[in-house]
Amino acid sequence: MRMFKYVLKRIALMFFVLFVITTICFILIRILPRDLPLENSQKEVILARWEALGYNKPLLVQYGIYWKNIITKWDFGTSWYISYRKPAWDLLVSRLTPTVLINVYSLLFSIPLGLALGVYAAIKKNKWQDNVISTLVIVFISVPSYVYAFLVQYLFFFKLGWLPLQLHSLADAGNSYFTWKMFHSMIGPIIAMSFGEIAGLCRFSRAELTETLTSDYMLLARTKGLTRAQATARHAFKNAMVPVLPSIIGSFLAIMSGSMIIEQIFSVPGVGPLYLRSIATLDYDVFMLDCLFYTFIGLVGGIVIDLSYGFIDPRIRMGEK
Amino acid sequence: MSTENIKDIKIDPSKFSFVNEADKLHDKKFEDKPIGYFKDAWIRFRKSKASVVAAIIILAVIAFSIIAPFCIKSHDQSFMVTTYAKNSPRIVVLRNLGFKTGYTSRDFSDRSLMKALAIGVGAEEYKGQDVSFADAMDSEYMPILEIKKITQSVGPDKKPINTYTADIETYLEVGFLYKSIEQQELESILAWEQETGKKILYPLVENNEYNMDPTDGNCWYKSDAKGNPLKEKGDKVTKIKEYDPSLILADNYKRDRDGNPVYYEYTGGGSVDTAQYKIRVLYINYYEYLYGAEPNYVFGTDAQGRDLMLRLAGGIRLSLLIAIVVSVVNFIIGAFYGSTEGYYGGVIDLIMERISDILSNVPFIVVATLFQIHLAKKVGPIPCLLFAYFTTGWIGTAYRVRTQFYRFKNQEYVMAARTLGAKDKRIIWKHIFPNSLGTIITSAALTIPSVINSESMLSYLGIVKLGSAARTSLGTLLSDAAAIWTNYPHLLFFPAVTLSLLMICFNLFGNGLRDAFNPALRGVDE
Repeated sequence: MRMFKYVLKRIALMFFVLFVITTICFILIRILPRDLPLENSQKEVILARWEALGYNKPLLVQYGIYWKNIITKWDFGTSWYISYRKPAWDLLVSRLTPTVLINVYSLLFSIPLGLALGVYAAIKKNKWQDNVISTLVIVFISVPSYVYAFLVQYLFFFKLGWLPLQLHSLADAGNSYFTWKMFHSMIGPIIAMSFGEIAGLCRFSRAELTETLTSDYMLLARTKGLTRAQATARHAFKNAMVPVLPSIIGSFLAIMSGSMIIEQIFSVPGVGPLYLRSIATLDYDVFMLDCLFYTFIGLVGGIVIDLSYGFIDPRIRMGEK
Repeated sequence: MSTENIKDIKIDPSKFSFVNEADKLHDKKFEDKPIGYFKDAWIRFRKSKASVVAAIIILAVIAFSIIAPFCIKSHDQSFMVTTYAKNSPRIVVLRNLGFKTGYTSRDFSDRSLMKALAIGVGAEEYKGQDVSFADAMDSEYMPILEIKKITQSVGPDKKPINTYTADIETYLEVGFLYKSIEQQELESILAWEQETGKKILYPLVENNEYNMDPTDGNCWYKSDAKGNPLKEKGDKVTKIKEYDPSLILADNYKRDRDGNPVYYEYTGGGSVDTAQYKIRVLYINYYEYLYGAEPNYVFGTDAQGRDLMLRLAGGIRLSLLIAIVVSVVNFIIGAFYGSTEGYYGGVIDLIMERISDILSNVPFIVVATLFQIHLAKKVGPIPCLLFAYFTTGWIGTAYRVRTQFYRFKNQEYVMAARTLGAKDKRIIWKHIFPNSLGTIITSAALTIPSVINSESMLSYLGIVKLGSAARTSLGTLLSDAAAIWTNYPHLLFFPAVTLSLLMICFNLFGNGLRDAFNPALRGVDE
């Protein structure tokens, strides 16, 4: 019951923060001057639409209209430049698939690898295997992801010619993101994104596992006759995973917004490039929705990480003083 | 009985004397020096070899960024020669030692190979003597350094095609250019030639309607519409289609009535000062005449023709400067904010915590974008970027300070200080704050790589535009290289390596600091 109350409190707080941030963003974005297209007929249409949508009313009234549209019609405004008169929400949703896909693939690839390396390093603590892995981890965590992107492009496109330089367009790959051809062109960004992810996960799981391996209950497990492997698998591993799993969930949400630069380099038609284009063309409604999207992802990520601790390990009671 | 006995004993006071009156007694001095918090941290930091190496590398990179501009005397960061844009590194010292430098490897057809070779021949041949391709290979003006491989294939019309893989020095590939100059400059060029013995002026070439680029003076030999060199034997004119080392090209120089080649041509202007001349220059020597030194670009040149090494040094300086300013300012804001909310607690804490909660949940990229859109035109991109960091960057520090205050504020020594009448200000800064100094210094040190990283990301994405003639940042260099690095890898290589090196070293350094400032690790591994 207390858990339930805590969850409710966190969600309520989240919406409060989201509301405040929306308000700030809305004001900052709406007071910007708007550019009009040069073509006259389109200009008139847009001006008429803006008048009808209340863009010329006072700011507070506009803000009211904005919320009213969201609540009654789930209407987050319209794209005027990127995709003429398409609802901003539809635009965002259509861009979501490739972003999510690449992230999911990358995680499917990096979670087992990262965990395995981390566990291996922890078991071989302070031996040469651990030293090699730990050194590599520092290197891979520190080097920015786009450097990998260039490396991947150089190695797999120029030298070996195995992968295309950039993502295939949707039409090229049979009008679907789930074709083999599309997947083939996605391997580049997936690899580029995975390096940092693997390294982060490896470091985290190594740290957690080394800590549990030296704890008292491991000594007890050994004294009661379990082999080292049995004790590690049954006792240490489970306990070490308690903080690792939430971090995986968190990292999924985090790289949703962090993959912007990779998407740009591999020209993935995802959310990141949409954000950049909405700035370049000053397509405000899309820009606004993008800001909301990133904020929302961040907020949800925080809550999910906190709550998952409680679900994974019943010993941790959320909201305790 | 015994007590009575003691009472009865009477000793004459004069019998008492001090044990040693002569020298005063002191506490024994410690044989080793006392170890304070920072000394202790320093001892532990020194032990971690990786951190020390990282610190040395960081210092070396900083030293490079400061010293580099002083090593290159002939030009500075904003010096720009578009003719030499995107060229690979050319180091004069190495070149004089006989190493190949400033070259790229490329594939040539027969015609393009001969065109490149002809530059070297032309630089030697001007007097009218016959110089074959093979003879000119030793010339210092020969752009083709080495023909490494010849592959033969069959073209679509069943004719054999030769492909030559060769190293070509891009600085010499420019070859000859036509320039339009005034009388005065002509005289000074002639004087310079006399003085140095190097040749700038080369004979003008007979008009060639096939030569499209009016500034390009490389086609000095007789050629057809496609640029194939021609061979004249009596009346018979044949095309030379295949490269042959012993080949001698027929020149196409402009000659006066006596048959001597013409070196300059009057093109207009009346008086002595304004008379205009058309000349044909060997660009590499003309460059030396103009700027006082041979082209010497240790890291090559960037897309506009600036010295990449100096740009990189400037980029490191700017990126580090931004990172350090951000780290210091956030350190200060975080310390004040965190100590206030941590010390007073209650309602103040609640309100301040909500404010930082909201701020920390706005994605940084959104903050940076909004600042850029709103203020970049008014105050410039760098202050905007700094404002964006100041808006949200201090929250982490504040959070850590707050936690430390919660830990220490109810401890006995703080209560003792309060009982003695210490004011809040004194308790905060003298008694509690020093305890959190270690964590803050660590987080300040780790702020630097994260700022460098996000700055380079923002400039790479084009959200922040820091580049200009006078300055650049690491991210801007990368983003300039992004579109063209496939053809000019050095443009990406040097900034990317520097950035990665800085990131790795700062992270190692920060981790070392974190361990060093952690008193729980005292005496471990000893």
